[in-house]
Amino acid sequence: MALRNTVDKIKPTFDEGGKLGWLHSTFDAFETFLFVPDRVTRKGGTHVKDAVDLKRLLIIVVLAMVPALLFGIWNLGYQHSVVFGLGWGFWQMVWYGFVKIIPLYLVSYIVGLGIEFASAQMKGHEVSEGYLVSGFLIPLIVPVDVPWWMLAIAVAFAVIIGKEVFGGTGMNIWNPALLARAFLFFSYPSKMSGDAVWVGGLSKALAGGTPWKGGEVVDALSGATPLSHASLDGLSAAGTSVWNLFLGNIPGAVGETSVIAILIGALILVCTGVGSWKIMCSSVLGALFVGWLGTMGGVTDIPCWEQLLMGGFAFGTVFMATDPVTSAQTETGKWIYGFLIGALCITVRLFNPGYPEGMMLAILLMNTFAPLIDHYVVNANINRRLKRAKTV
Amino acid sequence: MSDQIRLKKGLDLPIAGAALCEVTARVTPDLVAVKPTDFRGLVPRLLVKEGDAVQAGTPLFADKKNPAMVFCSPVSGTVDAVVRGDKRKLLEVRVKADGKGAAVKTDVPDVSSLDKKAMTDLLLQAGLWPCLKQRPFGTIADPEADPKAIFISGMNTAPLGADPEFTLKDDVADIQAGINALGRLTRGGVHFSLCAGKSSKSVFHKLSGVVFHEFAGPHPAGNVGVQINHINPINKGEVVWTVDLHLVAVIGRFVRKGVYDTRRLIAVAGPAAVNPSYVEVPAGVCMKELAKYFGEGDVRVVSGDVLSGEAIGREGFLGFYHNQVSVLKEGHYFEMFGWANPVRSKKFSFSHAYPAFLCSKKKYEMDTNENGGERPFLMNDVYGKVLPMDIYPVQLFKACLAGDLDKMEQLGIYEVIEEDVALCEYVCPSKIEIQNIIRSGIDLMLKEM
Repeated sequence: MALRNTVDKIKPTFDEGGKLGWLHSTFDAFETFLFVPDRVTRKGGTHVKDAVDLKRLLIIVVLAMVPALLFGIWNLGYQHSVVFGLGWGFWQMVWYGFVKIIPLYLVSYIVGLGIEFASAQMKGHEVSEGYLVSGFLIPLIVPVDVPWWMLAIAVAFAVIIGKEVFGGTGMNIWNPALLARAFLFFSYPSKMSGDAVWVGGLSKALAGGTPWKGGEVVDALSGATPLSHASLDGLSAAGTSVWNLFLGNIPGAVGETSVIAILIGALILVCTGVGSWKIMCSSVLGALFVGWLGTMGGVTDIPCWEQLLMGGFAFGTVFMATDPVTSAQTETGKWIYGFLIGALCITVRLFNPGYPEGMMLAILLMNTFAPLIDHYVVNANINRRLKRAKTV
Repeated sequence: MSDQIRLKKGLDLPIAGAALCEVTARVTPDLVAVKPTDFRGLVPRLLVKEGDAVQAGTPLFADKKNPAMVFCSPVSGTVDAVVRGDKRKLLEVRVKADGKGAAVKTDVPDVSSLDKKAMTDLLLQAGLWPCLKQRPFGTIADPEADPKAIFISGMNTAPLGADPEFTLKDDVADIQAGINALGRLTRGGVHFSLCAGKSSKSVFHKLSGVVFHEFAGPHPAGNVGVQINHINPINKGEVVWTVDLHLVAVIGRFVRKGVYDTRRLIAVAGPAAVNPSYVEVPAGVCMKELAKYFGEGDVRVVSGDVLSGEAIGREGFLGFYHNQVSVLKEGHYFEMFGWANPVRSKKFSFSHAYPAFLCSKKKYEMDTNENGGERPFLMNDVYGKVLPMDIYPVQLFKACLAGDLDKMEQLGIYEVIEEDVALCEYVCPSKIEIQNIIRSGIDLMLKEM
């Protein structure tokens, strides 16, 4: 194969002692991307190994997010067209969304992977593929109009402080993508909340006083997420039907609006066994439980199942709570962890009208407590063992 | 008649090249070797020198800590070479066979009249004591210890493993004699496990002096360590002994005939094996004798099964405990975008990330390619799916990595040896060397205790 020959030819340059030996990890990352390596199993281990590797598992996670991304791209154009009264056709909407989202991906991957490569290089490790997923997630959960430099800082923060200082992929405590979003949220709240940020071009238009086409008809309310309305006035006041919530043609973060696209992703994750169905199920159960308590207690009029369709709940449950590194590691622990995420998310929604989206903080908080949950589950195992020894 | 234990977790590796149930050769070897490295933690003291004449059953070396424990030549002939490695570590004692079959003859008294001490001395002197392994840690049994029980697995679920129902069908009388002898060594009884559902048809079901257990489920259900975990798990301070079934037959043969006869039927199998079938050989046989089964090309010859065996090369020697030789193609090749190929029909995966799980009957021509690069622990839930024990694998592995003795003890290091976690290593998407991690953990425990 011609490509293989080329790679073999330039390989010595990047080996230790070669001219570009200091770029060894980078070369290795690209080489193993192109070719599954020719390395064979080692002494003292199994002589055959399973076909699966991390690249395969992580590419499946990325694939699972693609429906949400594609829908999000269209929805960006659609929301823009509606708010500004442009009357665009399908391809115009898609093009608008595409142009909006591409720079976010560029920033996310260039900054994130740059740091990953540099740190692998410094440690002399192989580059781990973990950031492929985080980098794909980040543009899906931030406001589309976020300035690129802010995004770059957030990504750098998430990768360095959230991940590399703990030892890199597999060692982090918090989900890096959520950490990036949390960083933005607390550092630049004006760009992260309010009604206008979730529609492309809207906040700029408001700030600049640009006259909209048909502006007086479509008032700023169209830009508000149903969630913030629902938390104040109930769903119908938000002017959004349950069907809209399910389909996702509403304002919101790129990947989060369409429950149907997220469900396709969930199906992929569960069928391939990459995402934990236990966490997804228990998170839904937790949300339903608190949502039901809320309606029983008269805190809210929203039926508990509608909570599942709103805001970032579905996206967070499927793609972020299930992160294998930051979630609970034990099977029993996963049920507890997921349940508490769902429960906490809805609790925040019901009792904090100022900040109606609870999913981000619910997951980050449970990321923090996941090792504690595991600790008790594992301790139960240890105690079983001790007890067994005593009874004999 | 016995309790049934059904295990769900695990994996029967769908590897091609299973041995046909026929014996295609009975090898009388030119060269055999006894390898001190087959025995965990053994520091050997050499008893012979090159050129010495030996018989089958003549001690070649002994345990430095316990000189009564000797390791014997499986054939008669002359000591051909003493092979040493780094720091003069004794690796092999090679014996060139003369084909005369002269053997040390022992007068064995009626074993039912022997007490534990006498039985122990008899086996030590005959060089058969190393057949007994000890849990925790899988070392040679300590003759001074008082084992809670002795466990024998009458089933083999290892990939391409020799089927005891075939290999030992003519040795039931020897096995019975061996069990009678082992029964003298413990007050806890001899536990014998059979494959659930087939136990009444088993050639072993009429054995006496044992407690039967039945196991069902995929590999590692046949591993004695897994069985102990379900029958009577090992607690801190307890010791149990295990004996491989084919070595029980060797002990029985000694009891009945008074000779050291380690001949066994081994499965020569694997995707790269030519004419995979059964061959009769003594312990430590040189692989040169089996060359016709390996074919041409870049192959790896493994003494034992493909999960926990040892690569010995075309000229290596069969391990003392092994009754299987696996032959695999070396996987020195690049596969362009292999990880991105949606189907990749030639490779098997336990995960559902490839569609392989949909066709359960297919067998795969597995090779030694790692199928990926080494990464940190990430998918922490896969290991538990192939470890049918009440143990949290990742936590245990990490305790071993950290060298935390207390944690290792708390998390169950006493209950596993490498072969029990071999499947965890096979399925690991991060390609972590889990058996080596457990091995280093066990070595550390042995050193510190």
